[in-house]
Amino acid sequence: MALTREQMAQRVARELQDGYYVNLGIGIPTLVANYVPEGMEVMLQSENGLLGMGAFPRADEIDADMINAGKQTVTARTGASIFSSAESFAMIRGGHIDLTVLGAFEVDVQGNIASWMVPGKLVKGMGGAMDLVAGAENIIVTMTHASKDGESKLLARCSLPLTGAGCIKRVLTDLAYLEIANGAFVLKERAPGVSVEEIIAKTAGELVVPDHVPEMQF
Amino acid sequence: MAGFDKRVYSYEEAMAGLEDGMTVISGGFGLCGIPENLIAEIQHRGTRDLTVVSNNCGVDGFGLGVLLVDRQIRKVVASYVGENKLFEDQLLKGEIEVVLTPQGTLAEKMRAGGAGIPAFFTATGVGTPVAEGKETREFNGREYLMETAITGDFAIVKGWKADWYGNVIYRHTAQNFNPLAATAGKITVVEVEEIVAPGELDPTQIHTPGIYVDRLICGRFEKRIEQRTVRA
Repeated sequence: MALTREQMAQRVARELQDGYYVNLGIGIPTLVANYVPEGMEVMLQSENGLLGMGAFPRADEIDADMINAGKQTVTARTGASIFSSAESFAMIRGGHIDLTVLGAFEVDVQGNIASWMVPGKLVKGMGGAMDLVAGAENIIVTMTHASKDGESKLLARCSLPLTGAGCIKRVLTDLAYLEIANGAFVLKERAPGVSVEEIIAKTAGELVVPDHVPEMQF
Repeated sequence: MAGFDKRVYSYEEAMAGLEDGMTVISGGFGLCGIPENLIAEIQHRGTRDLTVVSNNCGVDGFGLGVLLVDRQIRKVVASYVGENKLFEDQLLKGEIEVVLTPQGTLAEKMRAGGAGIPAFFTATGVGTPVAEGKETREFNGREYLMETAITGDFAIVKGWKADWYGNVIYRHTAQNFNPLAATAGKITVVEVEEIVAPGELDPTQIHTPGIYVDRLICGRFEKRIEQRTVRA
Protein backbone atom coordinates (compact mmCIF):
# COMPACT_ATOMS: atom_id res chain seq x y z
CA MET A 1 0.00 0.00 0.00
CA ALA A 2 1.21 3.47 -0.82
CA LEU A 3 1.81 5.63 2.24
CA THR A 4 -0.79 8.16 3.29
CA ARG A 5 0.27 11.78 3.75
CA GLU A 6 0.28 11.21 7.50
CA GLN A 7 2.50 8.13 7.16
CA MET A 8 4.92 10.08 4.99
CA ALA A 9 5.08 12.78 7.65
CA GLN A 10 5.65 10.10 10.30
CA ARG A 11 8.53 8.60 8.33
CA VAL A 12 10.17 12.01 7.85
CA ALA A 13 9.80 12.66 11.58
CA ARG A 14 12.14 9.74 12.21
CA GLU A 15 14.92 11.89 10.73
CA LEU A 16 14.44 14.56 13.42
CA GLN A 17 17.00 14.84 16.16
CA ASP A 18 16.83 16.51 19.53
CA GLY A 19 17.95 20.13 19.22
CA TYR A 20 17.32 20.42 15.49
CA TYR A 21 16.29 23.70 13.84
CA VAL A 22 13.88 22.64 11.08
CA ASN A 23 12.17 24.37 8.16
CA LEU A 24 9.01 22.64 6.95
CA GLY A 25 7.47 23.51 3.58
CA ILE A 26 3.78 23.68 2.77
CA GLY A 27 1.71 20.46 2.44
CA ILE A 28 3.03 17.10 3.68
CA PRO A 29 6.14 18.70 5.26
CA THR A 30 3.90 20.79 7.53
CA LEU A 31 2.38 17.57 8.93
CA VAL A 32 5.82 16.47 10.21
CA ALA A 33 5.33 18.86 13.14
CA ASN A 34 2.55 16.55 14.40
CA TYR A 35 4.96 13.61 14.80
CA VAL A 36 7.88 15.05 16.75
CA PRO A 37 8.83 12.15 19.07
CA GLU A 38 7.95 12.45 22.74
CA GLY A 39 10.69 14.07 24.79
CA MET A 40 12.46 15.51 21.74
CA GLU A 41 12.77 19.26 21.28
CA VAL A 42 12.90 20.80 17.80
CA MET A 43 12.55 24.45 16.79
CA LEU A 44 10.53 25.19 13.64
CA GLN A 45 11.69 28.03 11.43
CA SER A 46 9.18 29.99 9.36
CA GLU A 47 10.95 32.03 6.69
CA ASN A 48 8.87 35.17 7.17
CA GLY A 49 10.95 35.69 10.31
CA LEU A 50 10.01 33.32 13.15
CA LEU A 51 12.20 30.70 14.82
CA GLY A 52 10.15 28.66 17.27
CA MET A 53 6.78 28.44 15.57
CA GLY A 54 4.07 27.15 17.90
CA ALA A 55 0.58 25.75 17.39
CA PHE A 56 -2.24 27.58 15.65
CA PRO A 57 -3.84 30.08 18.02
CA ARG A 58 -7.13 29.57 19.83
CA ALA A 59 -9.84 31.85 18.46
CA ASP A 60 -9.28 34.36 21.26
CA GLU A 61 -5.50 34.41 20.68
CA ILE A 62 -5.55 35.34 16.98
CA ASP A 63 -3.15 38.17 16.20
CA ALA A 64 -2.84 39.69 12.71
CA ASP A 65 0.84 40.43 13.42
CA MET A 66 1.61 36.78 14.06
CA ILE A 67 1.66 34.60 10.92
CA ASN A 68 3.73 31.84 9.32
CA ALA A 69 5.18 31.63 5.82
CA GLY A 70 1.87 30.19 4.57
CA LYS A 71 0.24 33.43 5.84
CA GLN A 72 -1.68 31.44 8.45
CA THR A 73 -2.14 32.81 11.95
CA VAL A 74 0.22 31.04 14.36
CA THR A 75 1.69 31.37 17.84
CA ALA A 76 5.29 31.45 19.01
CA ARG A 77 6.51 28.78 21.40
CA THR A 78 8.54 29.42 24.53
CA GLY A 79 12.08 30.32 23.50
CA ALA A 80 11.06 31.66 20.09
CA SER A 81 12.70 34.62 18.37
CA ILE A 82 11.37 36.98 15.70
CA PHE A 83 13.46 38.86 13.16
CA SER A 84 13.59 40.44 9.72
CA SER A 85 13.44 38.63 6.38
CA ALA A 86 17.16 39.30 5.79
CA GLU A 87 18.03 37.68 9.12
CA SER A 88 15.72 34.78 8.32
CA PHE A 89 17.41 34.10 5.01
CA ALA A 90 20.86 34.57 6.51
CA MET A 91 19.97 31.54 8.65
CA ILE A 92 18.77 29.65 5.61
CA ARG A 93 21.54 30.64 3.17
CA GLY A 94 24.24 30.43 5.79
CA GLY A 95 23.51 26.74 6.31
CA HIS A 96 22.26 27.10 9.88
CA ILE A 97 19.06 25.09 9.41
CA ASP A 98 19.61 21.46 10.45
CA LEU A 99 16.83 19.94 8.34
CA THR A 100 14.68 21.26 5.51
CA VAL A 101 11.63 19.32 4.29
CA LEU A 102 9.86 20.41 1.14
CA GLY A 103 7.66 19.16 -1.67
CA ALA A 104 8.49 18.96 -5.38
CA PHE A 105 7.06 18.23 -8.83
CA GLU A 106 10.17 16.34 -9.96
CA VAL A 107 13.64 15.31 -8.82
CA ASP A 108 16.36 13.71 -10.88
CA VAL A 109 19.45 11.51 -10.52
CA GLN A 110 21.73 14.57 -10.42
CA GLY A 111 19.95 15.89 -7.34
CA ASN A 112 18.13 18.58 -9.29
CA ILE A 113 14.72 19.67 -8.06
CA ALA A 114 11.80 21.31 -9.86
CA SER A 115 9.04 22.60 -7.61
CA TRP A 116 7.88 26.07 -8.57
CA MET A 117 6.96 26.47 -12.21
CA VAL A 118 4.97 24.60 -14.84
CA PRO A 119 5.40 26.36 -18.21
CA GLY A 120 2.08 27.34 -19.72
CA LYS A 121 0.43 27.57 -16.33
CA LEU A 122 0.35 30.76 -14.33
CA VAL A 123 3.56 31.20 -12.38
CA LYS A 124 2.98 32.52 -8.90
CA GLY A 125 6.59 32.62 -7.75
CA MET A 126 9.27 30.66 -5.98
CA GLY A 127 8.87 32.31 -2.57
CA GLY A 128 11.73 31.05 -0.41
CA ALA A 129 12.14 27.62 -2.05
CA MET A 130 15.24 28.48 -4.09
CA ASP A 131 16.97 29.90 -1.02
CA LEU A 132 16.07 26.83 1.03
CA VAL A 133 17.40 24.25 -1.43
CA ALA A 134 20.57 26.26 -2.13
CA GLY A 135 21.33 26.91 1.53
CA ALA A 136 20.55 23.63 3.27
CA GLU A 137 22.89 20.68 3.53
CA ASN A 138 20.25 18.32 4.88
CA ILE A 139 17.10 18.30 2.73
CA ILE A 140 14.32 15.74 2.43
CA VAL A 141 11.96 16.03 -0.52
CA THR A 142 8.47 14.60 -0.01
CA MET A 143 6.24 13.86 -2.98
CA THR A 144 4.20 11.15 -4.65
CA HIS A 145 6.36 8.73 -6.63
CA ALA A 146 4.29 9.16 -9.80
CA SER A 147 1.64 11.57 -11.07
CA LYS A 148 -2.05 10.68 -11.10
CA ASP A 149 -1.54 9.53 -14.71
CA GLY A 150 1.23 7.18 -13.58
CA GLU A 151 4.12 9.30 -14.91
CA SER A 152 7.24 8.97 -12.79
CA LYS A 153 8.45 12.05 -10.92
CA LEU A 154 11.88 10.51 -10.28
CA LEU A 155 13.63 11.24 -13.53
CA ALA A 156 16.91 10.96 -15.40
CA ARG A 157 16.62 14.70 -15.91
CA CYS A 158 14.01 17.16 -14.64
CA SER A 159 11.73 18.35 -17.44
CA LEU A 160 10.46 21.45 -15.59
CA PRO A 161 12.46 24.61 -14.78
CA LEU A 162 14.65 23.97 -11.75
CA THR A 163 14.35 25.29 -8.22
CA GLY A 164 17.90 24.19 -7.50
CA ALA A 165 20.68 22.22 -9.15
CA GLY A 166 22.49 19.28 -7.56
CA CYS A 167 21.18 19.92 -4.08
CA ILE A 168 18.89 16.97 -3.25
CA LYS A 169 20.23 13.80 -1.67
CA ARG A 170 17.14 12.28 -0.04
CA VAL A 171 13.60 11.68 -1.29
CA LEU A 172 10.61 10.19 0.50
CA THR A 173 7.73 9.21 -1.78
CA ASP A 174 4.50 7.40 -1.03
CA LEU A 175 6.22 4.20 -2.20
CA ALA A 176 9.83 4.42 -1.05
CA TYR A 177 12.65 6.19 0.70
CA LEU A 178 15.55 6.81 -1.67
CA GLU A 179 18.92 8.51 -1.64
CA ILE A 180 20.65 10.11 -4.59
CA ALA A 181 24.32 9.27 -5.12
CA ASN A 182 26.70 9.01 -8.08
CA GLY A 183 24.04 9.87 -10.66
CA ALA A 184 21.42 7.37 -9.53
CA PHE A 185 18.58 6.86 -7.08
CA VAL A 186 19.40 4.27 -4.43
CA LEU A 187 16.40 2.41 -3.04
CA LYS A 188 16.81 2.32 0.74
CA GLU A 189 13.34 1.39 2.04
CA ARG A 190 9.99 0.43 0.57
CA ALA A 191 6.56 1.28 1.91
CA PRO A 192 4.87 -1.66 3.68
CA GLY A 193 3.28 -3.95 1.13
CA VAL A 194 4.87 -2.21 -1.87
CA SER A 195 7.01 -4.45 -4.07
CA VAL A 196 10.44 -3.58 -5.39
CA GLU A 197 9.05 -4.31 -8.87
CA GLU A 198 6.41 -1.58 -8.52
CA ILE A 199 9.05 0.93 -7.44
CA ILE A 200 11.30 -0.04 -10.35
CA ALA A 201 8.37 0.33 -12.75
CA LYS A 202 7.54 3.80 -11.45
CA THR A 203 11.10 5.18 -11.33
CA ALA A 204 12.19 6.66 -14.66
CA GLY A 205 15.73 7.66 -13.59
CA GLU A 206 18.45 5.08 -13.00
CA LEU A 207 17.67 3.12 -9.85
CA VAL A 208 20.13 1.08 -7.81
CA VAL A 209 18.35 -1.74 -5.96
CA PRO A 210 20.34 -3.39 -3.18
CA ASP A 211 19.88 -7.14 -2.55
CA HIS A 212 17.81 -6.45 0.51
CA VAL A 213 15.35 -3.53 0.62
CA PRO A 214 13.77 -3.36 4.09
CA GLU A 215 10.20 -2.32 4.71
CA MET A 216 9.83 1.11 6.20
CA GLN A 217 9.50 1.38 9.98
CA PHE A 218 7.51 4.12 11.68
CA MET B 1 9.51 70.68 11.91
CA ALA B 2 12.88 71.02 13.50
CA GLY B 3 15.96 68.97 14.10
CA PHE B 4 15.25 65.26 14.20
CA ASP B 5 11.47 65.51 14.45
CA LYS B 6 10.29 63.33 11.52
CA ARG B 7 6.56 63.65 12.14
CA VAL B 8 4.14 64.63 9.43
CA TYR B 9 0.44 65.05 10.05
CA SER B 10 -1.30 64.04 6.83
CA TYR B 11 -0.89 61.17 4.39
CA GLU B 12 -0.74 63.71 1.59
CA GLU B 13 2.35 65.22 3.21
CA ALA B 14 3.74 61.74 3.90
CA MET B 15 3.80 60.83 0.19
CA ALA B 16 4.55 64.31 -1.22
CA GLY B 17 6.97 64.14 -4.14
CA LEU B 18 5.89 60.73 -5.42
CA GLU B 19 5.80 60.98 -9.21
CA ASP B 20 4.89 58.81 -12.18
CA GLY B 21 7.54 56.25 -13.09
CA MET B 22 9.13 56.08 -9.65
CA THR B 23 10.23 52.95 -7.77
CA VAL B 24 8.52 52.22 -4.46
CA ILE B 25 9.85 49.58 -2.06
CA SER B 26 7.26 48.27 0.36
CA GLY B 27 7.57 46.28 3.57
CA GLY B 28 5.15 43.48 4.45
CA PHE B 29 4.69 39.75 4.00
CA GLY B 30 1.32 38.81 2.57
CA LEU B 31 -0.98 41.27 4.32
CA CYS B 32 1.05 41.18 7.55
CA GLY B 33 2.90 44.39 8.37
CA ILE B 34 1.94 46.25 5.20
CA PRO B 35 1.84 50.07 5.15
CA GLU B 36 -1.83 49.96 4.28
CA ASN B 37 -2.57 53.69 4.61
CA LEU B 38 0.49 54.76 2.61
CA ILE B 39 -0.58 52.36 -0.15
CA ALA B 40 -4.10 53.81 -0.02
CA GLU B 41 -2.56 57.28 -0.37
CA ILE B 42 -0.67 56.20 -3.49
CA GLN B 43 -3.99 54.97 -4.90
CA HIS B 44 -5.59 58.28 -3.98
CA ARG B 45 -2.80 60.27 -5.67
CA GLY B 46 -3.27 58.28 -8.89
CA THR B 47 0.49 58.02 -9.51
CA ARG B 48 1.19 55.81 -12.53
CA ASP B 49 3.86 53.62 -14.14
CA LEU B 50 5.19 52.65 -10.76
CA THR B 51 7.76 49.94 -10.16
CA VAL B 52 6.78 48.21 -6.93
CA VAL B 53 9.29 46.11 -5.00
CA SER B 54 7.59 43.96 -2.36
CA ASN B 55 7.54 40.29 -1.37
CA ASN B 56 3.89 40.04 -2.49
CA CYS B 57 1.38 42.25 -4.26
CA GLY B 58 -1.56 42.26 -1.86
CA VAL B 59 -4.98 40.76 -2.57
CA ASP B 60 -7.92 42.01 -4.60
CA GLY B 61 -9.04 45.24 -2.97
CA PHE B 62 -6.47 45.39 -0.17
CA GLY B 63 -2.78 46.19 0.22
CA LEU B 64 -0.83 46.71 -2.99
CA GLY B 65 -3.73 45.06 -4.84
CA VAL B 66 -5.57 48.41 -4.76
CA LEU B 67 -2.93 49.90 -7.08
CA LEU B 68 -3.88 47.39 -9.77
CA VAL B 69 -7.44 48.72 -10.05
CA ASP B 70 -6.45 51.76 -12.13
CA ARG B 71 -3.30 50.09 -13.52
CA GLN B 72 -0.93 52.25 -11.50
CA ILE B 73 1.78 49.57 -11.43
CA ARG B 74 3.94 48.92 -14.48
CA LYS B 75 6.38 46.46 -12.96
CA VAL B 76 6.50 44.30 -9.84
CA VAL B 77 9.58 42.76 -8.26
CA ALA B 78 8.33 40.05 -5.88
CA SER B 79 8.87 36.46 -4.75
CA TYR B 80 5.23 35.36 -4.77
CA VAL B 81 2.23 37.01 -6.37
CA GLY B 82 -0.45 34.35 -6.31
CA GLU B 83 -3.30 35.74 -4.24
CA ASN B 84 -4.75 38.21 -6.66
CA LYS B 85 -7.18 37.72 -9.58
CA LEU B 86 -6.71 41.20 -11.03
CA PHE B 87 -2.99 40.69 -10.96
CA GLU B 88 -3.27 37.38 -12.85
CA ASP B 89 -5.51 39.06 -15.38
CA GLN B 90 -3.08 41.95 -16.03
CA LEU B 91 -0.14 39.54 -16.12
CA LEU B 92 -1.77 37.27 -18.70
CA LYS B 93 -2.68 40.31 -20.85
CA GLY B 94 0.90 41.57 -20.67
CA GLU B 95 -0.18 44.81 -18.98
CA ILE B 96 2.16 44.34 -16.07
CA GLU B 97 5.75 43.13 -15.91
CA VAL B 98 6.83 40.78 -13.12
CA VAL B 99 10.36 40.00 -12.03
CA LEU B 100 10.08 36.93 -9.81
CA THR B 101 12.91 37.01 -7.31
CA PRO B 102 13.78 34.42 -4.64
CA GLN B 103 12.63 35.66 -1.26
CA GLY B 104 16.07 35.67 0.36
CA THR B 105 17.58 37.37 -2.68
CA LEU B 106 14.86 40.03 -2.52
CA ALA B 107 15.56 40.69 1.16
CA GLU B 108 19.30 40.86 0.49
CA LYS B 109 18.80 43.17 -2.51
CA MET B 110 17.03 45.64 -0.22
CA ARG B 111 19.59 45.22 2.54
CA ALA B 112 22.46 45.72 0.10
CA GLY B 113 20.73 48.73 -1.47
CA GLY B 114 20.43 50.39 1.91
CA ALA B 115 24.00 49.49 2.90
CA GLY B 116 25.71 50.87 -0.20
CA ILE B 117 26.64 47.44 -1.54
CA PRO B 118 25.93 47.46 -5.29
CA ALA B 119 25.86 43.69 -5.78
CA PHE B 120 26.45 40.38 -4.00
CA PHE B 121 26.98 36.71 -4.83
CA THR B 122 24.58 33.98 -3.76
CA ALA B 123 24.11 30.27 -4.47
CA THR B 124 20.35 30.81 -4.62
CA GLY B 125 19.05 30.39 -8.17
CA VAL B 126 22.17 28.90 -9.74
CA GLY B 127 21.11 26.53 -12.55
CA THR B 128 17.53 27.88 -12.56
CA PRO B 129 15.68 30.41 -14.76
CA VAL B 130 16.63 33.09 -12.18
CA ALA B 131 20.27 32.79 -13.33
CA GLU B 132 19.56 33.62 -16.98
CA GLY B 133 21.69 36.51 -18.19
CA LYS B 134 23.45 36.94 -14.86
CA GLU B 135 27.15 36.78 -14.14
CA THR B 136 28.37 33.77 -12.17
CA ARG B 137 31.61 33.24 -10.30
CA GLU B 138 33.19 30.36 -8.47
CA PHE B 139 34.21 30.69 -4.82
CA ASN B 140 35.72 27.74 -2.93
CA GLY B 141 34.66 25.33 -5.66
CA ARG B 142 30.99 26.37 -5.76
CA GLU B 143 29.20 28.48 -8.35
CA TYR B 144 27.50 31.69 -7.25
CA LEU B 145 25.23 34.16 -8.97
CA MET B 146 25.70 37.91 -8.96
CA GLU B 147 22.59 39.78 -7.85
CA THR B 148 22.38 43.56 -7.81
CA ALA B 149 21.06 45.81 -5.05
CA ILE B 150 17.71 47.60 -5.13
CA THR B 151 17.03 51.12 -3.98
CA GLY B 152 13.75 53.00 -4.26
CA ASP B 153 12.73 56.59 -4.83
CA PHE B 154 10.41 55.88 -1.92
CA ALA B 155 10.31 53.18 0.73
CA ILE B 156 7.02 52.67 2.55
CA VAL B 157 7.16 50.94 5.90
CA LYS B 158 4.76 49.80 8.63
CA GLY B 159 6.08 49.94 12.20
CA TRP B 160 4.46 49.41 15.58
CA LYS B 161 5.88 52.16 17.77
CA ALA B 162 8.26 54.98 17.03
CA ASP B 163 9.56 58.05 18.77
CA TRP B 164 9.39 61.23 16.80
CA TYR B 165 13.09 61.01 15.96
CA GLY B 166 12.03 58.09 13.76
CA ASN B 167 13.41 55.23 15.86
CA VAL B 168 11.07 52.33 15.04
CA ILE B 169 10.07 49.06 16.70
CA TYR B 170 8.12 46.40 14.81
CA ARG B 171 5.65 43.99 16.37
CA HIS B 172 5.94 40.19 16.00
CA THR B 173 6.15 38.87 12.43
CA ALA B 174 4.91 42.21 11.09
CA GLN B 175 8.64 43.01 11.04
CA ASN B 176 9.47 40.89 7.95
CA PHE B 177 10.77 43.08 5.07
CA ASN B 178 10.02 46.40 6.82
CA PRO B 179 13.44 47.15 8.36
CA LEU B 180 15.13 46.31 5.03
CA ALA B 181 12.79 48.48 2.99
CA ALA B 182 13.38 51.29 5.51
CA THR B 183 17.09 51.40 4.66
CA ALA B 184 16.63 51.37 0.87
CA GLY B 185 14.49 54.41 0.11
CA LYS B 186 15.76 57.81 -1.02
CA ILE B 187 12.73 58.97 0.91
CA THR B 188 11.62 56.52 3.62
CA VAL B 189 8.14 56.98 5.00
CA VAL B 190 7.11 55.02 8.10
CA GLU B 191 3.60 54.71 9.43
CA VAL B 192 3.12 53.39 12.95
CA GLU B 193 0.38 52.65 15.45
CA GLU B 194 1.82 54.88 18.16
CA ILE B 195 4.30 57.75 18.31
CA VAL B 196 5.97 58.46 21.65
CA ALA B 197 8.39 61.09 22.90
CA PRO B 198 12.12 60.47 22.44
CA GLY B 199 13.44 58.68 25.52
CA GLU B 200 10.36 56.51 25.96
CA LEU B 201 11.69 53.67 23.82
CA ASP B 202 14.62 51.60 25.08
CA PRO B 203 17.53 52.29 22.69
CA THR B 204 18.59 48.64 22.81
CA GLN B 205 15.18 47.55 21.49
CA ILE B 206 15.13 49.77 18.37
CA HIS B 207 14.87 47.82 15.09
CA THR B 208 15.18 50.73 12.66
CA PRO B 209 17.31 53.68 13.84
CA GLY B 210 15.90 57.09 12.96
CA ILE B 211 18.72 57.88 10.53
CA TYR B 212 16.90 55.83 7.87
CA VAL B 213 13.55 57.54 8.38
CA ASP B 214 12.55 60.75 6.60
CA ARG B 215 8.87 61.00 7.44
CA LEU B 216 6.83 59.46 10.22
CA ILE B 217 3.07 59.33 10.56
CA CYS B 218 0.67 57.78 13.05
CA GLY B 219 -2.19 55.82 11.48
CA ARG B 220 -5.11 53.48 12.16
CA PHE B 221 -4.88 50.00 10.71
CA GLU B 222 -7.38 47.41 9.61
CA LYS B 223 -4.73 44.61 9.74
CA ARG B 224 -6.64 42.21 7.57
CA ILE B 225 -5.86 38.50 8.10
CA GLU B 226 -5.24 36.39 4.99
CA GLN B 227 -5.51 32.86 6.42
CA ARG B 228 -7.35 32.71 9.71
CA THR B 229 -6.33 29.37 11.23
CA VAL B 230 -7.23 28.24 14.73
CA ARG B 231 -6.93 25.14 16.84
CA ALA B 232 -9.89 23.66 18.66
